[in-house]
Amino acid sequence: MAFYRSHVLVSVDPGCLAKGALEVIDALHDELVAQGLVDEVQVLETSRIGDPVQYGPDMMVYPEGVHYANLSVDDIPYLVEEHFLKGRIVEKFRAKEITVADEELGAPKPKEVRIVLRNCGKIDPNNIEDYIAEGGYMALAKALSEMTPEEVIDTVLRSGLAGRGGAGFPTGKKWQFARNSSDPVKYIICNADEGDPGAFMNRRVLESDPHSVIEGMIIAAYAIGAQQGYIYCRAEYPLAVKTLNIGIQQAREFGLLGENILGSGFSFDLEVRQGAGAFVCGEETALMASIEGRRGEPRPRPPFPAVKGLFGKPTNINNVETYAVVPQIIVNGAEWYASMGTENSKGTKTFALAGDVKHTGLIEVPFGITLREIVYDVGGGIKDDKKFKAIQTGGPMGGCIPEQYLDLPVDYKSLASVGSIMGSGGMIVMDEETCMVDIARFFMEFTQDESCGKCVPCRVGTRRILEILTRICEGKGRDGDIETLEELCREISSTSLCGLGQGAPNPVASTLKYFRHEYEAHIYEKRCPAKVCRALITYEIIAGVCTGCTVCARNCPVNAISGERRQTHHIDPDICIRCGICMQVCNFNAIRIN
Amino acid sequence: MVTATESVTASNPLAISEKKQIIDQIIEQNEHLPGGLMVILNELQSQIGFISEPMQQYVAQKLRIPVSIVHGVVSFYSFFTTSPRGKHTVKFCMGTACYVGGTPQLIEKAKQLLGIEAGQTTPDGNITLELCRCVGACSQAPVVVVDEEIIGRVRPNKFPQVLRPLQEDGKVEKSS
Repeated sequence: MAFYRSHVLVSVDPGCLAKGALEVIDALHDELVAQGLVDEVQVLETSRIGDPVQYGPDMMVYPEGVHYANLSVDDIPYLVEEHFLKGRIVEKFRAKEITVADEELGAPKPKEVRIVLRNCGKIDPNNIEDYIAEGGYMALAKALSEMTPEEVIDTVLRSGLAGRGGAGFPTGKKWQFARNSSDPVKYIICNADEGDPGAFMNRRVLESDPHSVIEGMIIAAYAIGAQQGYIYCRAEYPLAVKTLNIGIQQAREFGLLGENILGSGFSFDLEVRQGAGAFVCGEETALMASIEGRRGEPRPRPPFPAVKGLFGKPTNINNVETYAVVPQIIVNGAEWYASMGTENSKGTKTFALAGDVKHTGLIEVPFGITLREIVYDVGGGIKDDKKFKAIQTGGPMGGCIPEQYLDLPVDYKSLASVGSIMGSGGMIVMDEETCMVDIARFFMEFTQDESCGKCVPCRVGTRRILEILTRICEGKGRDGDIETLEELCREISSTSLCGLGQGAPNPVASTLKYFRHEYEAHIYEKRCPAKVCRALITYEIIAGVCTGCTVCARNCPVNAISGERRQTHHIDPDICIRCGICMQVCNFNAIRIN
Repeated sequence: MVTATESVTASNPLAISEKKQIIDQIIEQNEHLPGGLMVILNELQSQIGFISEPMQQYVAQKLRIPVSIVHGVVSFYSFFTTSPRGKHTVKFCMGTACYVGGTPQLIEKAKQLLGIEAGQTTPDGNITLELCRCVGACSQAPVVVVDEEIIGRVRPNKFPQVLRPLQEDGKVEKSS
């Protein structure tokens, strides 16, 4: 490894790329060449450092640990001359706040324990040496040289690690099933089809620490005896695909993938396959069909993938996060991992905390933490000091959990007991201004659209539910709708083929259970208590507060707002389409909803 | 003016020798991969921009599989399109955070500015509006994806600025 006196990490996350990070890197490189510093200063590309909206393009310079922000190509010559040639920190380019504000991840918040996310944002994801320097591939070396495949499986089994994709099936057991199959050809798959809206834990791990997943997969392949592996990544994550391909290539060059890995006689290789925008492909049997080049439709189980999976061969499928934890368990031991969490669920889980909390972003917490701790301690409480209404967990197949269960310790069983699921780890916090009927409709629109259409309950049932919910939101709900919804929910979840259909009614069933009064208000009083449903509200400009600045009138898409300059404006309710743009653009809070 | 034959040729990459070469290369490189059909279609979509019916027939013929299988796969996945998109695409993220954060208002604004709905292309073939699934940039909601770039925290009154470079690009092309 060459010696550099200075290391520059430039953020190339999508936000910074959009603001010209690549041009900044080019300029930096050119300037270093021009100043003859190219052998002394190393320029690396890394994931997000600070919030790109606020700071991008930005870079960290080590060993000083200086965070330069909002850089443009024109700033680079001065920066290089001052910092790298003369050794003076350029104060005017430094990020305004000293605390590094990575909105996605940031510094660990109270009560967080970072295991999966430990390397994210700290290492260069495109350089395997960075990962190795942090202890990477130690676990692989240990497994290959000191452990038999049975011992690896036993360690994972004793650690209590369970499938982080959401179902929570014990990982060690899954590996055992695949191991026990006598077929000489076996496959291993990483499910990186993270399709839940609002969930981006896996994307972040793949983009920031791809080798942890690659290492975990090699160990799993060794344990079950697979020769070929696939990472199935969704098409919406082009940067993750790119990072993974670079990672795989580097692992091959280092002899960590391919023939005779680390001289152990064990051979294994990996390939990335891209999805093409079908949510159902996150379901394991649909995912395998997609890799095989077919329509991504699920099939009934059994046979389970461990018996008959990809190309008809025994296959082990795990989620990104599951594989990323494996090297840690091998290095630190099963007991270390099992010491965290609850009786039923061991270790930590990453969540994407979104919605109406102060600190949104990725978090990693041990199982057993309560929802209240997540919302108020980790998340910093509800935005604008509004009232908490519900927390939605598990993505579009999850349920909405009301305030009364905030003290519930989070694990796979407890969430199921209140009508939700763990899922892949999306958590959306909703305040009092969220309409629960509208949210149920939103998720139903999603599942109805993403239903693959193979089985009737899911294809027809989700459409029926969506029709009824849409009707209720439009103020045309009828007596008996609630009962029909309940019946549909029961039938769809008990008769659908795969997890998508079985889970699809959860958002509706849970909101019906905990927020029935909102449904009743929509149907019987034609009123939306949260003031969201367009057909049930009107916008009004408050006389006296309105300054007549005309911003709302100019932005109204249907010209429903009239009024003279400096006079109170007026909205014509017959023309108004309730899009809410006027309220968003008004600088004086002069618009209210009735 | 674009003549009828020209527009037919333009919409059939198999009739353009450079494009046909790319298509042949994609098929050749991937036809022996297990499950190669998905890889081929993904490559065609990203390099050619769409997978028309003649292209589907061509792929089927080359791989010696029924056209129905190729068409079945193409129609199943939302990323595959059968007709050319505009020169630029503007995608609206429909993830939960973006939906709650104002994507519906942005679509409304786009409709007002361009006169087309999501899923349509402007008559001059310059801009296509699309809805897409969560792109995972939830902390910047609402997000629009212009071509490959993610632009965060877009407000309706700032949306014209997002579109302007694309619109100007379209104008330049017309006059040249």
